[in-house]
Amino acid sequence: MASAVSSLSRSSGSAVRPLATRDATWVRYTLTAVALGFLALFLLLPLVAVFAEALRRGLGAYITALKDPDGLHALKLTLITAALAVPANLVFGVAAAWCIAKFTFPGKSVLITLIDLPFAVSPVISGLIYVLIFGAQGWYGQYLNAEAPWFPALQAWLIEQDFKIIFAVPGIVLATVFVTFPFVARELIPLMQQQGNDEEYAAITLGANGWQTFWNVTLPNIKWGLFYGVILCNARAMGEFGAVSVVSGHIRGETNTLPLHVEILYNEYQFVGAFAAASVLALLALVTLVLKSLVEWAHARRTA
Amino acid sequence: MKSSRILTRLAASVLALALTGSAFAKSVELLNVSYDPTRELYVEYNAAFAKYWKAKTGDDVVVKQSHGGAAKQARSVIDGLQADVVTLALSYDIDEISEKAKLFPADWQKRLPYNSAPYTSTIVFVVRKGNPKGIKDWSDIVKPGVSVITPNPKTSGGARWNYLAAWAYALEKNGGSEEAAKKFVADLYKNVPVLDSGARGSTTTFVQRGIGDVFLSWENEAFLALKEFGADKFEIITPSLSILAEPPVTVVDKNAKKKGSTEVAKAYLEYLYSPEGQEIAGRNFYRPNVPEAKAKFAGQFVNVKLITIDEVFGGWQKAQKTHFADGGFFDQIYLKK
Repeated sequence: MASAVSSLSRSSGSAVRPLATRDATWVRYTLTAVALGFLALFLLLPLVAVFAEALRRGLGAYITALKDPDGLHALKLTLITAALAVPANLVFGVAAAWCIAKFTFPGKSVLITLIDLPFAVSPVISGLIYVLIFGAQGWYGQYLNAEAPWFPALQAWLIEQDFKIIFAVPGIVLATVFVTFPFVARELIPLMQQQGNDEEYAAITLGANGWQTFWNVTLPNIKWGLFYGVILCNARAMGEFGAVSVVSGHIRGETNTLPLHVEILYNEYQFVGAFAAASVLALLALVTLVLKSLVEWAHARRTA
Repeated sequence: MKSSRILTRLAASVLALALTGSAFAKSVELLNVSYDPTRELYVEYNAAFAKYWKAKTGDDVVVKQSHGGAAKQARSVIDGLQADVVTLALSYDIDEISEKAKLFPADWQKRLPYNSAPYTSTIVFVVRKGNPKGIKDWSDIVKPGVSVITPNPKTSGGARWNYLAAWAYALEKNGGSEEAAKKFVADLYKNVPVLDSGARGSTTTFVQRGIGDVFLSWENEAFLALKEFGADKFEIITPSLSILAEPPVTVVDKNAKKKGSTEVAKAYLEYLYSPEGQEIAGRNFYRPNVPEAKAKFAGQFVNVKLITIDEVFGGWQKAQKTHFADGGFFDQIYLKK
């Protein structure tokens, strides 16, 4: 912040600047100190605390805690969930943003509202929706138990496969997809709207088909926004607690994701284990943030 | 040429034999859906059972666990969580599974000895060292200025035992007057700053976050907290009267049948009544229910007058309807607050 102010004073060039455009020194330093202090207190300190607690009984205990098979399984499940949810939302987000930004059609505003829905409802409610639909007492359960179902072959197949949705991995992925739905689309819509349709029109006039237009014109334009949306989406997918907690069933070594595993260990008085798992989650988040910064840095260099 | 062919055949049959041999040692998986404070108990018990089962049948058994507030756990099983066995905090929650999802018969509680409760517990008070508020009995915790920690009776089984124990005490002190009991319990909940959803959440609130003067707790949970955090920080106070809490267990017939695990699921619960199962329960501060083990662990527990849910409240079905159903006594006193 101080540097921004000083660069402003340099760029103004002249030797004497009107007093009215300058903040008093103490104001500048106070504001900077408040901002940095806030950051340190609410962001840095908890992060340090997580690692400090995890390492409190030494590196050996930390590594033993990390090797816990239930914890490793939770890590695996978290990564699988993100690996399924993020591409799904990538495809959906691009498609939705493309529709909304480049075309007009009836029901467009309804679609925009629907995309925002996961932001508006509490994650716990999102989880409950899936329990109500796919639970044993919900539509899916009723279908499996129906005497005369719509597609008897499908019912027989589902029963034979013992295909479970909630309290199993598919439910966790579904809940995560729902909660992280808006990230990519929300990132792209304003960008695409701002860019307008001119370049696409030009491409089509020059004889490009729809796919060529998208691949060679639209995608390069939205590349950076898309990256950013995917990274945010990934961060949330790995960290989601509420919705996943409702549909998971909390079976250790089977349907516990990393955030749920942290809570379980904490409640079992295994504080080193809990903070070790939390530190893994924090590391995943840090990797995501570093990726994000790299993307921003590369983007800034290209546009500069 | 010919001899090499024979050799190949021999090798193939040996291989086949080895394969069938390994197929005999099955690996079975059980899912035990339990309530909050039994985490440590079942970690120890599952390992013991796996050893016992391996020795008896040669099969490997892996028991997976899910823990949470008893009512919430029952709800999950109703919604399709594939539990082979449920080991919950009270019989009403298991009744609910039978009634709503029809996964096992309504008379499930008669299938195992002692009302299907291999171990029992009761409700005690945990206070901070030196008992600064001088808490001795139920009448002390309704006094103004005493902060009481107990979970939410809507979601937690332990919380319902807490509530009913307080109610039973008030009934006895006031010659059976329901009005007086209602006022007593209402005063008690006025002193509760936060309702966690499960017993373990409340323990964390009291022990870790340092909120509250007295914590109404499962006896086993109280002992465990003292063991984990040191007896120099907390004290257990046993009130003059408490309730006999029977956390029952049952096989979820339909789930087990579907998974083909009925036999091992039954054995899993029956082994809880064996000397080793009872020993593990006692070591984890549950009161064993089989007489020999009960006698062995008698010294560990304070002898307190325990009323039962059947004699004071006419059974869980009735107690649930009167006290905890929507619009029941608990809603009336808690919403008025």
